[in-house]
Amino acid sequence: MKHHLISAADLTRDDAVLILDTAEELSRVAGRPIKKLPTLRGRTVVNLFFEDSTRTRISFEAAAKRLSADVINFSAKGSSVSKGESLKDTALTLEAMGADAVVIRHHDSGAPHRLATSGWIGGHVVNAGDGTHEHPTQALLDAFALRRRLVAGELGADLTGRRVTIVGDILHSRVARSNVRLLTTLGAEVTVVAPPTLLPVGVESWPCAVSYDLDAVLPDSDAVMMLRVQRERMNAAFFPTEREYARRYGLDGERMARMPEHAVVMHPGPMNRGMEITAEVADSPRCTVVEQVSAGVSVRMAVLYLLLGGAGPTGDEATAAASSTAVTGAEATRGKRA
Amino acid sequence: MSHTQRTLIRGAKVLGGPARDVLIDGETIAEVGAGLTAGGATVVEAEGRVLLPGLVDLHTHLREPGREDSETVLTGTRAAASGGFTAVHAMANTFPVADTAGVVEQVWRLGLASGYCDVRPVGAVTVGLGGRQLAELGAMHDSAAGVVVFSDDGKCVDDAVIMRRALEYVKAFDGVIAQHAQEPRLTEGAQMNEGVVSAELGLAGWPAVAEESIIARDVLLAAHVGSRVHVCHLSTAGSVELVRWAKSKGWQVTAEVTPHHLLLTDELVRSYDPVYKVNPPLRTERDVLALREALADGTIDCVATDHAPHPHEDKDCEWGAAAMGMVGLETALSVVQHTMVDTGLLDWSQVADRMSTRPAAIGRVAGHGRPVAPGEPANLTLVDQDHRAPVDPAAFASRSRNSPYRGLELPGRVTDTWLRGRATLRNGALV
Repeated sequence: MKHHLISAADLTRDDAVLILDTAEELSRVAGRPIKKLPTLRGRTVVNLFFEDSTRTRISFEAAAKRLSADVINFSAKGSSVSKGESLKDTALTLEAMGADAVVIRHHDSGAPHRLATSGWIGGHVVNAGDGTHEHPTQALLDAFALRRRLVAGELGADLTGRRVTIVGDILHSRVARSNVRLLTTLGAEVTVVAPPTLLPVGVESWPCAVSYDLDAVLPDSDAVMMLRVQRERMNAAFFPTEREYARRYGLDGERMARMPEHAVVMHPGPMNRGMEITAEVADSPRCTVVEQVSAGVSVRMAVLYLLLGGAGPTGDEATAAASSTAVTGAEATRGKRA
Repeated sequence: MSHTQRTLIRGAKVLGGPARDVLIDGETIAEVGAGLTAGGATVVEAEGRVLLPGLVDLHTHLREPGREDSETVLTGTRAAASGGFTAVHAMANTFPVADTAGVVEQVWRLGLASGYCDVRPVGAVTVGLGGRQLAELGAMHDSAAGVVVFSDDGKCVDDAVIMRRALEYVKAFDGVIAQHAQEPRLTEGAQMNEGVVSAELGLAGWPAVAEESIIARDVLLAAHVGSRVHVCHLSTAGSVELVRWAKSKGWQVTAEVTPHHLLLTDELVRSYDPVYKVNPPLRTERDVLALREALADGTIDCVATDHAPHPHEDKDCEWGAAAMGMVGLETALSVVQHTMVDTGLLDWSQVADRMSTRPAAIGRVAGHGRPVAPGEPANLTLVDQDHRAPVDPAAFASRSRNSPYRGLELPGRVTDTWLRGRATLRNGALV
């Protein structure tokens, strides 16, 4: 694996499978009364959030803490950033504090890339979502949830031949960009569906199919990923009304019935119920939203573990790390008592 | 400046032709020939080098008044002399905006005081570059600065009626409107060329049509009212087609291209390094090739640098927060040699045409862009075309370092520049 995780394109097929396998092993920790491993004890992970995102931040925070890392949360609001401090000076500050990894969420596309390549910091950079560019750990957790549902979470498996349809605001979606890259790397066949206004010019160069017609694609989908559509887009004439959007591109029970029986519905959250997804679909057993959230912690643990835990551990080592809980649990218990 | 000052340039290839001696006496060229005797003149051995008329730039940002942290008229004209320029136009987007006779005269006087290069202030078309009310174009023309070129550069004169009126109004004093062609609604929040690369990088697109639709409108307006219009930093293959069409109709349309649009493409934005952030944005290879061809066939009249200095902190940041623009005065001729001469698209006499004669004609700049001939003003540039070296922005005379060519090996080096007979650059060093 590379030194940083900036884009899903940074991952080879084997890197991605290793992350998913490691996440499977690490997910077992979540089922234990004491959900902690000593792996990253003494390492510092900074959550540098320039954009509000409670869900992603607490997911990374939980992941780092379960690996016993020290976690520093740095959010732009009420910090030196709101007083006009530059990304560079913030980075230099974190470097001086000895951050081993910086998890960054930023409103500008490319900010994590800049942080990783400018020489401002030496630690690992993990992109937790940048502008309308990428959100690679979201794609990894989606792949994790998909593999569990469609391939029974089999270790070493990828998503070869699975058909994934991503629906909604592709133009502004970092989730879509990362998923198209990662799912394709894992062998899946991806189709993006949106009104033409919400597809980027240049989408034809992406490694996926493009459709304007959701109904035509549904019967051939093993998974349908619904993206959040911001109501504000209506004011910029991307679509005429919310009603029309929901009618043409929203997923309701009737449309869900056209999907194959085994097919699942995904959503990165937060959902706009009634807009891109109806309550009936969101609350159905075919919807993986809650699984995606729990997958998020496991996948982020795996990413931090593989980046910080040393150079490229093999599957065996990852298994060993996960199965060393007898010791871990005891240690954690002792720690608690002390 | 002494009229007794005499310089003999010995053995230079005048406009790339056979070796000639050129004798400068005072402010003018006295003789051009073979085997001229020095007779006490300072001798510059120029064997193998190319002698051009002093370069003329229709488009620079000298930043004074207001942004002296990035450039001043003095540092900007020193950069110009280093790059072989003897006349530059200074854009109006200063603080305060150059929209009154007072501001343009100030810039003009600063240029006189610098002595490195003639400075021709560009007047704003509209008050405060606001696009709504015409600035006092006549007063700026009548001022000591004698403004001929008017532009809201940095912003587009997007209101069709204001543009029409401006085009008509400046006919009274042979002025020209230089349009920054950018349809504002199509480029809200735009960060880079809209296409394959922007789709991947998730950066808001600046579509070619935003430039082309304004150019199409403006050439039609210029034809309708019989005025001159000049297109700033034309950047797309489609814009080339529109200008070619307008010229075929005989309309008074001229256009410029920047060196960076002749060489660089939007693939560079993949680095997210804001040194490549510029407006209009870097386009595709197809556009670059169309621009080179258009400069070669004369559809594009001239090269203009759009020299846009920015302080380090405005580029040492994330892409979205960075300023747009690149410095260009000190690398312009090298980039043109690299993209146009070394590729066989232009010879040196055509370079003189595109970088001196035509821009001087568009800006009505007296005494510049003249032939290298006896009796002409001695505004000259000597180029060592065989030199090759990586670009080192730290060595720039400009106050700013935001060059996209850092470390890139480029051909050619301006060794000497003369402004009305006085050396402003001698053997690579500013005088």
